[in-house]
Amino acid sequence: PSLYLGSISFIIGLSSPGNPKDDFQEELVIRPLHSGDIYASFQFRTVWETDFMRGNKVSHYRLFPKSLGQVISKFSVRELHISFTQGYWRTMQWGQPFQPSPPGAELWVWFQDSVTDVDGTWKELTNVLSGIFCASLNFIDSTNTVQPSASFKPLGIGNETDHRFLRYATLPREIVCTENLTPWKKLLPCGSKAGLAVLLKSEKLFHSSFHSQAVHIRPVCQDWQCKTTSWELRQTLNVVFDLHNSAQGKREWSLFKMFSRTLTEACPLASSSKIYIDITDNPQGEQFEVSPATPLLSQAVVLGDRRTFSVYDLTQQITFGTVRSLNLLIRWKSSEGDMLRPLLHAERYVAGYGLQTGEIHTLMYNNHPYRSFPVLLLDSVPWYLRLYIHTLTVTSKGKDNKPSYIHYQPSKDRLRPHLLEMLVQLPPNSVTEVTVQFERALLKWTEYTPDPNHGFYVGSSVISSLVPSIVAMDTNSTRERPLFSSFFPCKEESSYFVRVYTEPLLVNLPTPDFSMPYNVICLTCTVVAVGYGSLYNLLTRSFQIEEPSPGLAKRIANIIRKMRGVPPL
Amino acid sequence: MGLLSDPNRRRALISLLTRLNSPICVVCYMAGVAWFMGLAFEPFTLRTYMSENAMGSTMVEERFPAGERALTTGREFSAHKKKAGGMPVDWLVKTMQARGLEVFTQRFSRKLPFPDENKERYMVKGTNVYGILRAPRAPRTEALVLSAPCTPGDSNNQAVGLLLGLAQYFRNQIYWAKDIIFLVNEHDLIGMQAWLEGYHHTNTTGMDWSPLQGRGGSIQAALSLELSSDVITSMDLVLEGLNGQLPNLDLANLFYAFCQKIGVLCTIQGKLQRNDWDSVSGYSHSVQTMMLMVMKQASGRPWGDHGLFLRYHIEAASIKGINSFRQYKTDVTTIGRLLEGMYRKLNNLLEPFGLLLTDYMLILTLLLHLTVVQALDLWVQLATPPPRTEDGITDKEQVRHTYYFRVLSVLTPLVISHLTGVALYTLPIQFQEMAVEQFPVSETEAVVLTAIGVYTAGLALPHNTHRLLSGEGTEQGWRVLKLVAVLYLAVLLGCTALINFSLGFILALTLVPVAAFVTPHVPKVLSAFILVILSPACTLLFSVFFFQELQELPVSFQEGWLLYLSVISQGILDHFLYGSLVYPLIALLVYPCWLLFWNILFWK
Repeated sequence: PSLYLGSISFIIGLSSPGNPKDDFQEELVIRPLHSGDIYASFQFRTVWETDFMRGNKVSHYRLFPKSLGQVISKFSVRELHISFTQGYWRTMQWGQPFQPSPPGAELWVWFQDSVTDVDGTWKELTNVLSGIFCASLNFIDSTNTVQPSASFKPLGIGNETDHRFLRYATLPREIVCTENLTPWKKLLPCGSKAGLAVLLKSEKLFHSSFHSQAVHIRPVCQDWQCKTTSWELRQTLNVVFDLHNSAQGKREWSLFKMFSRTLTEACPLASSSKIYIDITDNPQGEQFEVSPATPLLSQAVVLGDRRTFSVYDLTQQITFGTVRSLNLLIRWKSSEGDMLRPLLHAERYVAGYGLQTGEIHTLMYNNHPYRSFPVLLLDSVPWYLRLYIHTLTVTSKGKDNKPSYIHYQPSKDRLRPHLLEMLVQLPPNSVTEVTVQFERALLKWTEYTPDPNHGFYVGSSVISSLVPSIVAMDTNSTRERPLFSSFFPCKEESSYFVRVYTEPLLVNLPTPDFSMPYNVICLTCTVVAVGYGSLYNLLTRSFQIEEPSPGLAKRIANIIRKMRGVPPL
Repeated sequence: MGLLSDPNRRRALISLLTRLNSPICVVCYMAGVAWFMGLAFEPFTLRTYMSENAMGSTMVEERFPAGERALTTGREFSAHKKKAGGMPVDWLVKTMQARGLEVFTQRFSRKLPFPDENKERYMVKGTNVYGILRAPRAPRTEALVLSAPCTPGDSNNQAVGLLLGLAQYFRNQIYWAKDIIFLVNEHDLIGMQAWLEGYHHTNTTGMDWSPLQGRGGSIQAALSLELSSDVITSMDLVLEGLNGQLPNLDLANLFYAFCQKIGVLCTIQGKLQRNDWDSVSGYSHSVQTMMLMVMKQASGRPWGDHGLFLRYHIEAASIKGINSFRQYKTDVTTIGRLLEGMYRKLNNLLEPFGLLLTDYMLILTLLLHLTVVQALDLWVQLATPPPRTEDGITDKEQVRHTYYFRVLSVLTPLVISHLTGVALYTLPIQFQEMAVEQFPVSETEAVVLTAIGVYTAGLALPHNTHRLLSGEGTEQGWRVLKLVAVLYLAVLLGCTALINFSLGFILALTLVPVAAFVTPHVPKVLSAFILVILSPACTLLFSVFFFQELQELPVSFQEGWLLYLSVISQGILDHFLYGSLVYPLIALLVYPCWLLFWNILFWK
């Protein structure tokens, strides 16, 4: 037996130093929301010290999913962000999400600068991803792809910010369901067999108010010197459960109620496996009660706000207690509150009526009491809404607000969409309204979707901003901290990055009555044949008074007269 | 296709046309009217059918249980309404929030052009309260609306109660794919107009409103609920909207299907449908129902709060609960279940209702055919060269001269009658203050009486101005004028009928005979009398009496006259408040057109 054990340890010992190191972490954050709903955010992070860059052939995979690794090396991808979302994140009720995403599918990719034919690679990549995630990403083509100049900067390392290597596309109509969840789960090292992923049962996840799943791949530093890069794969899944729908009168939540499973173990491959419960709003337990209680607390600044979390470490056996299963329970005590006033908030709608013109209104709220801050607005509008860019107005507090940067790329019919990017300064405590008029194009009859009367979707606008932090706003914090440390607001906490997506738009285009082509053809043909035909005939025919043809004698006489040079009879 | 280009055959056709002019006219007119009456005859009409598959079956299990609680909420609402002396905004906001909706309010104010005596309002200030039920996992692109007006007094409390009850019940269901907006609007249509304008950020009527904070994407369908008693005997569906627009037939059919399924009596135009279409009384009943609908549609007013939605391409209808003396009563729970069923079906709707074309246009074509035949006849008469003068030469200069005067003699009456029309459109509102100072009348009376005054004055205007310019009115002159007038009428009625078939039909019914018979050579006094009888104002007067008769509420002449005055003032108000087109259409186009015929009659 000792020999046997020795050989195993020998094999492990042999394999681990030779191969690059990889590491897997899993995490679940639960935040009881202001509205009584509950927000659960899963994060699975795989870091692998390898190099996909410059056509490096990588063939041995351990924790990192091979399908994605091959995609990265084949298409020379430097960063890939893809999200599938069903529902709209309600900022006014739920606050800011950890990972924002627009309704439908969103994909943005930075390619390496070695790629020569970016558009071709992008097209291939979307088709491959479409297969991997079972989604209609193959509908991404040049008519809905844009190259934002400022809104989407690389999130990983690298100085390259030439937006020729960036592609961004959204499919607002994409519906997310089980068939997208299953391939997403398969990318996890433990699949859905162990660890936090056992909670991901589709029948419960899709019984919610909001569901969003995403995959982010980016190169990160391996160590503090940053000489070599690692690849990070982050799989995130955010879900909000509705108190009204599922609670059936009882105001309490548990893991079993939310996911119809309890936890019994961590994923054996994970180096860390934790559950965080946000108890910031509940310091004395007056809002809700969490059981089992945990002594572990953790503080972090999340989205500009200092939050306190209870931590459950799943790698510790003690967490599961005597019943060998963890079923967290949250019992609400107070009733739900009013709507929130998040510092940055946006909404969008189509104004006007009729099928000829319209106006897109984008409202951006800065609810900060005294600080103004700049936001980057990105609008990508399909070509069949012809934007009248000269009607673009930006107003705040009734005054004209001139954007300091505008990048506008006009559309080309059937080729590319409009792209509008603006840097706008939002004054404190104000609503900034961006309006632009458009005309609805009449499509060719083959270009209509199968249900044209339903309308056509316009993807969400993206608002990216560095928002002044609540921590910096907090004047009470001076009491807890030493005075010498709190005169200037801390640099890293003074503002935080937020991306807000507006709702997508559903716009009606002038639609022919497809049910009556026969009548139309008949009518048109009749009108053309009878009316137009006769009229045309009358107009083009020249009427002449016809002389009866002269007799033979007269004709001969005329010939003779002609020869003589005398006018004919 | 040599029919028109062959001169011989053309001549034959033309002579046939001129010879048979009058019989053709009479036959067309009769055929048009007969066809119209045939619409009320059941075997001639298609069975109602659903063109949208998603609407097809009523296989939904309705479970709404909380009718009694809704009535309690309604009583609470009524108490708070009394206490607040209007819309209990705070209470509504709190109640809707407790039901898990996102609640927003909208303030609005409007100064009417002149006081509305029917509803006793002049300076209107109010607040709309609406709550949005967010559909789970829906991206806020589509919405449905359920609205109930907050009316002063004791009416409609049950509607608000039921609305809140439904909100609570709907909130706990998971199957919603579209946001549902629950709206309580103050000052009925004015509030609704403010809300719709705010929602779509348009301003067509110059109203002040505060911008909306929350939206639910494009609205697919809307129902407005009116309910003033705890139990009802029947439900009535009101379809007629602004400018005679109607929602899609599928919405009406859906309602009738659910009424049948749940076992609620439903009425059309306040009349219960009968099955004995083959008997005379059954047929006359269905003619009455149809005529009521035609009259309502022709009036161009919104007959319920839903009426303003139609402009925004939103299918909408009002549902009215009626409590009469029938034995069979329906409780609020049943109405709640009916609405639940309808909203669940609307929720399944994948695309907005498609278009439905009807064969109504054929009727109008028949009627207008008459004017076209007339025009052709006149054209032929004008085109026949005048008998040659004795010396056999027609001076070119003289031809141009007569042409010039002919144009002038047509232009002058056209301009004068249209200026009269403009006066009829603008003066009533402009001169109301002056009239109130000078005469002992109220503002509303002043407006109406000025309108009638201008209308009558238009008849007495000098109609022979062409004589000042061209000397004697010629035989040719009136023919040209009549040709222009007849073609004008044909185009006008054709366009009107496209927008509002009923209005086009009623106008065609009265104006087309005028166009047919009027010449300067008919007996003056009798013709003038007929012309006045068939003028738009008198048509309106008869319509008022006829409408009352159809509703089985006959009125005396005195009451009828007062009703007539109020109808005129309401028509003008509808135009300024909601953008109804009937008043400007009559004042600026139909009335001048009729004046042209008046002009022809007195041609000298």
